[in-house]
Amino acid sequence: MSVKENLYYSEDHEWVREEEDCLVIGVSDFAQEELGDIVFVELPEVEEEFDKDDSFGVLESVKAVSDTFIPVSGRVIEVNEALLDNPELINDDPYGEGWLIKVDPADDSELDELLSAEEYAEFIEEE
Amino acid sequence: MNKTPLNQKHKNLGAKMTDFGGWEMPVEYTGIIEEHKAVRNKCGLFDTSHMGEILVSGANAAKSLNKIITNDLKKLETGKILYTPICKEDGGIIDDLLVYCIKEDEYLLVVNASNIEKDFNWIKDHVLEKTAVENLSKNYAMLALQGPEAKKILTQLTDIDLKSIAYYNFRQAKAAGIEMIISRTGYTGELGYELYFEPEAAEKFWDQLMEAGTDFGLQACGLGARDTLRLEKTYALYGNDIDEETNPYQAGMGWTVAITKGDFIGRKELIKIKENCCQRKLTPFKISGRGMARHGYQVFGEEGEIGEVTSGSYSPTLEQSIGLAYLAKEYTEVGTEIEIEVRNRRIKAEVVKGPFV
Repeated sequence: MSVKENLYYSEDHEWVREEEDCLVIGVSDFAQEELGDIVFVELPEVEEEFDKDDSFGVLESVKAVSDTFIPVSGRVIEVNEALLDNPELINDDPYGEGWLIKVDPADDSELDELLSAEEYAEFIEEE
Repeated sequence: MNKTPLNQKHKNLGAKMTDFGGWEMPVEYTGIIEEHKAVRNKCGLFDTSHMGEILVSGANAAKSLNKIITNDLKKLETGKILYTPICKEDGGIIDDLLVYCIKEDEYLLVVNASNIEKDFNWIKDHVLEKTAVENLSKNYAMLALQGPEAKKILTQLTDIDLKSIAYYNFRQAKAAGIEMIISRTGYTGELGYELYFEPEAAEKFWDQLMEAGTDFGLQACGLGARDTLRLEKTYALYGNDIDEETNPYQAGMGWTVAITKGDFIGRKELIKIKENCCQRKLTPFKISGRGMARHGYQVFGEEGEIGEVTSGSYSPTLEQSIGLAYLAKEYTEVGTEIEIEVRNRRIKAEVVKGPFV
C-alpha cells in the first residue's frame, strides 16, 4: 500500500493535489484497497459547488458502497469521465488515472487543515 | 472468533479477512472479480472448513432423518448425496444442508456454519430412539475445488478414477496420501469437488492442491467470489435469502419438499402453503444502469412497496448488477419492471429468468 508524497490527505481517505489553476481530488491507495474491485462510480456535475466534507460522489465495489467527501470547499470544474466506463482505474492507479474531480477552491487556507503524506501514513497505521 | 485450520495460511497469502457468522474467513486474496473469473474459466480453491458436520447413526437413523428433513431420503444409497431443507412445524426453514449416506444407518449432514449448534440441538431433540447424533464439525477440514479444470488438478493427487464420481455422489478415498471424502458437489455451478478430511492435514493439502493447480491457473478464492458465483446461479444463501421466516415454496425450492413421502416436521403447514403459494416469491432481477441493490433494500411497483431485496451484487460474468428479492406474486413475471430504493433514490430493475449465468 502506498501513500504518495507531496499530496494533502483527509481522514476520509481522499487526497488533494495542487495544480496551477485548480485542485485535483482522488481517493488514496488505502481506500481503494479497502473497497476492493470498484464497479460503479457516481460523480457530480461540473459547476456544482460543495462545502468542505460534503459528499460529492459514490464509489461502489462488489462488496461495499462508500461516499466520497470533499476535503476542501469549491466549485467542480472537471470530472474524470473515464471512470464511468472504467471504474477499475481507481483500483489500478488511485493517484494518477483514477483521479475523481478537479475543483476551483473557495478558500485556499483549508488546505492547511489537511494531513501531510507522513501524517496520513501514521493515521492509516492506527486505523 | 472461530478460526479454521487454514487461518494463518490465508493471512500469509495476504487475504482480506472478515467476520462471517462468528468465523474469521478470507473475503478475497487478489480481488473478487479475478477470483470469480478463475472459477468460471479455470479453477478456484476455497477454504470452507467453517461448515459443520453432524453424524446421525443407528438402527433408526434413516427413519429419524426422514422425519426431520423435507426431501425424501428413501432413494439415498451409500455414496450418494441429497440436498434438503429442514423446517419448523410452521414450514419456516431452519437450515439447508447436504445429507451424505456413508453406509446403511449412517448419514453425515453438512450444515451452514452459523447454524451448527441450532441444527445439532434440533436434530438431537427430534430423532427416534436408537439414533445417535454427534457434532463432528471439529474433526473435519473442508476445501472446495471448483472450476472446469478441477478434475485435471485433483487427478494428479489421487489414484481413483474421478470420472466414476457423478454429480451429487462421493467416494471415500485417498488424495495426497490423506483419507478423505471426495464429493462432487459445490456452490458455484461449475464442475468441482468438496473435500472433507482431518484438520491436521489442511495446510499441507492446501499447498499440494495449489501446486498441482499451478499449470491450470488455480487461484485461491475467498467468500466474496463464493457469493457472486452462487448468486449468478441463483443458489439461495441461508441468512440472506432463506431463514426461519421463509419457506421452501416461496424460495423456489418446492422440489426439495417430498409432500407424499409420509409424515415429517412441517408437512401439515407446507401442504397448506403449497396450495396457495405464495404471496411473495424469491425472484431474480437485473439492473441495467449504474448502482447496486443490497440485502434489505426495498422494492417498489406501481402501487407502492412490493418486496425486499435479499441478495444483491455485481455479476462479473454479465458485468452488471443482479439480485434476488421476495416480490409480490403479481410482479414476478419475467420482463416486469420494478424499482429499487438505493440510498434515497429509485433505480430501475427488471425481473428476469434465473439462473443469470
